[in-house]
Amino acid sequence: MTPRTTFTFEMEELNKEITEMANASRTAFEKAVQMITDMDFSLREEVRALDKRIYQLNEQIDRHCLDIIALHSPVAGDLRLIAACLKMVEDLNRFGRYAMDIAELIDDFEEGKAFKRFEALRTMSCLVVGMVDDAVYSFLQRDAEKASHLHERDDAVDALYDTIFREILTYMMEDPRKITVGIDLILVARYMERVADHSCNIGEYVYHMVTGDRLDPTLRTGDVDVSCAKIFEHPDPRSDLDLK
Amino acid sequence: MTTAIHTEDLHVYFEKNHALKGVNMDIEMNKITAIIGPSGCGKSTFIRCINRMNDLIPGCTVKGKVMVDGEDVNDDDVDVVDVRKRIGMVFQKPNPFPKSIYENVAYGPRLHGVAETIDGKVRRRKHTKKELDEIVEHSIRRAALWDEVKDRLDKSGTSLSGGQQQRLCIARTLAVGPEIILFDEPCSALDPIATAKIEDLLVDLKKDYTVVIVTHSMQQASRISDRTAFFYLGDLIEMGDTKQIFEKPSKELTEQYITGRMG
Amino acid sequence: MMLSRKATEVAVFSLFRGCAVLVVLALLVLVGYIATGGLERLSIEFLTDMPRRANTQGGIFPAIVGTFYLMLIVLSISVPIGVMSAIYLVEYQQNSLMGRVFRLAVYNLAGVPSIVYGLLGLGIFVAYLGLGFSLISAGLTLSIMTLPLMISSAREAIAAVPSTVREASYALGATKWQTIWHHVLPYALPGIFTGIILSVSRAAGETAPLMLTGVAMSLQRLPDSFFDSFMALPYHVFYMATQSSNLLATRPIQYATALVLLLLVLGMNLFAIVLRKRYRDKYRW
Repeated sequence: MTPRTTFTFEMEELNKEITEMANASRTAFEKAVQMITDMDFSLREEVRALDKRIYQLNEQIDRHCLDIIALHSPVAGDLRLIAACLKMVEDLNRFGRYAMDIAELIDDFEEGKAFKRFEALRTMSCLVVGMVDDAVYSFLQRDAEKASHLHERDDAVDALYDTIFREILTYMMEDPRKITVGIDLILVARYMERVADHSCNIGEYVYHMVTGDRLDPTLRTGDVDVSCAKIFEHPDPRSDLDLK
Repeated sequence: MTTAIHTEDLHVYFEKNHALKGVNMDIEMNKITAIIGPSGCGKSTFIRCINRMNDLIPGCTVKGKVMVDGEDVNDDDVDVVDVRKRIGMVFQKPNPFPKSIYENVAYGPRLHGVAETIDGKVRRRKHTKKELDEIVEHSIRRAALWDEVKDRLDKSGTSLSGGQQQRLCIARTLAVGPEIILFDEPCSALDPIATAKIEDLLVDLKKDYTVVIVTHSMQQASRISDRTAFFYLGDLIEMGDTKQIFEKPSKELTEQYITGRMG
Repeated sequence: MMLSRKATEVAVFSLFRGCAVLVVLALLVLVGYIATGGLERLSIEFLTDMPRRANTQGGIFPAIVGTFYLMLIVLSISVPIGVMSAIYLVEYQQNSLMGRVFRLAVYNLAGVPSIVYGLLGLGIFVAYLGLGFSLISAGLTLSIMTLPLMISSAREAIAAVPSTVREASYALGATKWQTIWHHVLPYALPGIFTGIILSVSRAAGETAPLMLTGVAMSLQRLPDSFFDSFMALPYHVFYMATQSSNLLATRPIQYATALVLLLLVLGMNLFAIVLRKRYRDKYRW
């Protein structure tokens, strides 16, 4: 029996909570994107439910972390985990939020059809879903290496956003009746770009949690090579971790 | 970053028990160095080597070097009394002499007298009453105790509270004019408020003295020390800046100990 | 018969209390018996006059003075030697072979019967050193007799001084002797006083060594040097109770002498207790 049983128990409970929240956030975003690609509007309820749960867990984990700090004075690895949790919950919460936002925007087939027209948008959604996956799995697997490469794709995502914006602008100018759809799609792209940023944040927290060092912040400046967009498809097949 | 104490391959044996196994350590001047580790790991044994207090324990053998100011404290031709004058020690349980507060603090200086250089020769003479008064007041002030006892210097040292007694012991040590002060778990017998006062005092003292503190409380070590050394079963496992030890220890054993997962 | 726990407790406690009461009772009976027998004879003259008519009349002044001188000799010899030996034992030879041998010797010496010491005194001081039957022979003999007791109690007192005191002193740069003189001895004083009380009281009451080293039956004068003969209270009681010509007539004198001896010893004890209390308060630890 390890000593500090209460503390160990609390840390294990915290780990369970953050695992649940990370998986919920990832699933919510994936489902939201799936709504657009598959035009399956029934997924909206699922996303809504997940978003609610994510919000609950956010509060719960916040409180839990403060309790552990106040009562158990964690140090070293434990402290870094808690610091990562406290910061991550905000970003994971954003995943859920943006997933909900996207789900509410997409409410008819027009958008679905329009979506298929823009290859950049499809690429971007692929990329971002991959980034969310990697961010979450790098945390669950405590993989600093994986976490340190997220920023590379963020540059590509930013470049894609610029491209998409211009394309959709052109699309809207062709026909004023397409403006509503166009704006919705721009918003979707915007949300996905934000999600990519948040994934990078998570990557930084995970890197610090595992190694104790910080990633060089200048790596995220955004000197972009658009051609990367084509190269970085989702790199790994999704692994089947035990999900909620 | 000057080194106040440098130990080289320090071994201590109690009869057959190998208590310290080849410790190499550098302690920096004007910093607080905390020594942590589980019971029986050799922390107290280690600091007692520095001021030769292990000499008092029968059956204890010390091998290796403890360099202070370029001199090996264990050398045969080194005067133990002089070593202890330059390196003071404060113990776990406050142990003021059952004399008056004034006498407690004056005892040390009286023992050693005043060194004067007359005609190129160094001689020792007794302090005048005025000199002694000054030393006593200065030491008690420095130990953050003056305001509480200035009106009752003639009362017995044992009539003070635990925390005050410990500060009296610190004043007593300061009066002798050391360069280095060793603290062997100075707060373990004190309540949290008294502990906080002593911790503040230690942080103040490091401006003028080199402080080495053995502590069972990791929080105390993390609160006040600049450098921390972790001992385990007679070995020095890791030593580094306190922030580094408590945020990112490099040895697995250190991490286990400070997160409480040892044993 | 199985007693309940409470009943056992009460029974045992009553037993202990009974024993304590018995002891106090014994002391009271003793003093009472002596006092009632001798009080009538107690007077200023008794205490200050020389004995007359073969001890059947007069006083016991020489005996009182003799006992006093003996106490003085014992104090001045056994206390310094005893305390210094004890210091040496505790501070310098705590764990060595010599220390253990020394301690064993002291414990054994404490059990030697007083008559054997008397013989020792006779052989060495009276005969071999040629000191003759005198105060000094008796005094030296008594000193040696009380030495083991003195050393033991002083040793206990010194060893009882907590090591934290010594450590504090050493840590300030004091030498071993400075630590002993400034801190250990003052602390140990109450215990040492106890030892002195016990030793001197024992010496005051011993008869056998005196008989073999020169106590006189009756003297008309006080000893005028340490080499002179002397009287002593314990022997006087013995002599009066066994050798005097008229036992009946001298009975009151016996009791009175015994009473004086008792009062003397109790008085010394009381004085030493007061002194001990004063030092204990001063060095409260």
